[in-house]
Amino acid sequence: MRDALTHLGAAVTAGVWRLGYASRFFGYLLWHSGTAFRRFRLTLREIYFAGVLSLIIILVSGLFVGMVLGLQGYETLQRYGSSEALGVLVALSLVRELGPVVAGLLFASRAGSAITAEIGLMKATEQLSAMEMMAVDPVARVVAPRFWGGVISMPLLAALFSAMGIFGGYLVGVVLIGVDEGAFWSQMQAAVDVRNDILNGVIKSAVFGVAVTFIAVFEGYDATPTAEGVSGATTRTVVTSSLAILALDFVLTALMFTGGNAK
Amino acid sequence: MNRSTIDLWVGIFVAIGLGALLFLALKVGNLASFSTAQTYQVQAKFANIGGLKVRAPVKSAGVVVGRVAEIHFDNESYEAVATLTLEASYKFPHDTSAKILTSGLLGDNYIGLEAGGNSAMLKDGDKLRITQSAVVLENLISQFLFSKAAESADDKGKGAK
Repeated sequence: MRDALTHLGAAVTAGVWRLGYASRFFGYLLWHSGTAFRRFRLTLREIYFAGVLSLIIILVSGLFVGMVLGLQGYETLQRYGSSEALGVLVALSLVRELGPVVAGLLFASRAGSAITAEIGLMKATEQLSAMEMMAVDPVARVVAPRFWGGVISMPLLAALFSAMGIFGGYLVGVVLIGVDEGAFWSQMQAAVDVRNDILNGVIKSAVFGVAVTFIAVFEGYDATPTAEGVSGATTRTVVTSSLAILALDFVLTALMFTGGNAK
Repeated sequence: MNRSTIDLWVGIFVAIGLGALLFLALKVGNLASFSTAQTYQVQAKFANIGGLKVRAPVKSAGVVVGRVAEIHFDNESYEAVATLTLEASYKFPHDTSAKILTSGLLGDNYIGLEAGGNSAMLKDGDKLRITQSAVVLENLISQFLFSKAAESADDKGKGAK
């Protein structure tokens, strides 16, 4: 009994400790990200690894998610004789929710895990300590470019996901099933608002980008410098950032889309 | 991987990412259609606006000529006041009438404008005098039921004679 209590207390203390360390690390990271912009080459390289190499998975999943939305949406809407509203359904669900969230989850597992593994392995092979020996701050040189590369890539990937999904919905709805093309686009344009829907979607994806990439770099930097530690850190990155995305999504949706039903 | 090829790929990535954003804003959100055009505002009072919402279209002869900018309740006349933003390129006579209509059986409400015969045109800040409220289904049904009831009462009265 007493042991269990001790363990519980230790776990809570360790969690709070880690949270505090993560917050301090976040501040330190922001404070020392000057290098990431002064030597933009470094960040550019990370945009390539986090963004460009994620393109295929994002585009293909976006296309299929949009196609599924087109099929399922048509199936339900045609029961009520309003299959022309398919464009609205596909566009709103992608731009508001699925685009940022699914792109964020894919980004976390595709790029976030890679970032953690890379930084963790650099720590395990003592490259980070070697940098410190040479008076190079590893946070500024290694962590910050990866962080900003991810933060810049994420909104672009989410926008690509949404655009691809809308194209997929168009493909299934208009080309395959034969929903009227004019109604598909015009109803979509009448219902989707640039500020309320699209800008909020971009804000969401930017927030997810910060959350996912920060969790990834922190887990990597904080990993136990062993093979086991790096693998554990990579797993934690995917789990924590997926949970963070879904929880943040709820909070952001509650903030953005419940202020009266302002369409 | 050479440095310059990375630059090229990142450039392509950023370009198509921004392109996707532009596509969302222009093609999906239709940013271009009304934000740049010159507009003027008129007000219309309705006894009942039904399910009319802000940003609902204002149509004349089926063509979208503007949008509902704002709806509020007038506490003196107990009526709803809708402010309509119309595109400046569309001019309407001063005695234009406004109706609240429904697109389709279950569709959203919109405002239909019908041009009158006056030679003076509507200006910014004018009020539409002739309006027709939304059709409320419950009122319609109750009217129908009452008229039916009255009919059958008449029939019974005749039968007794």
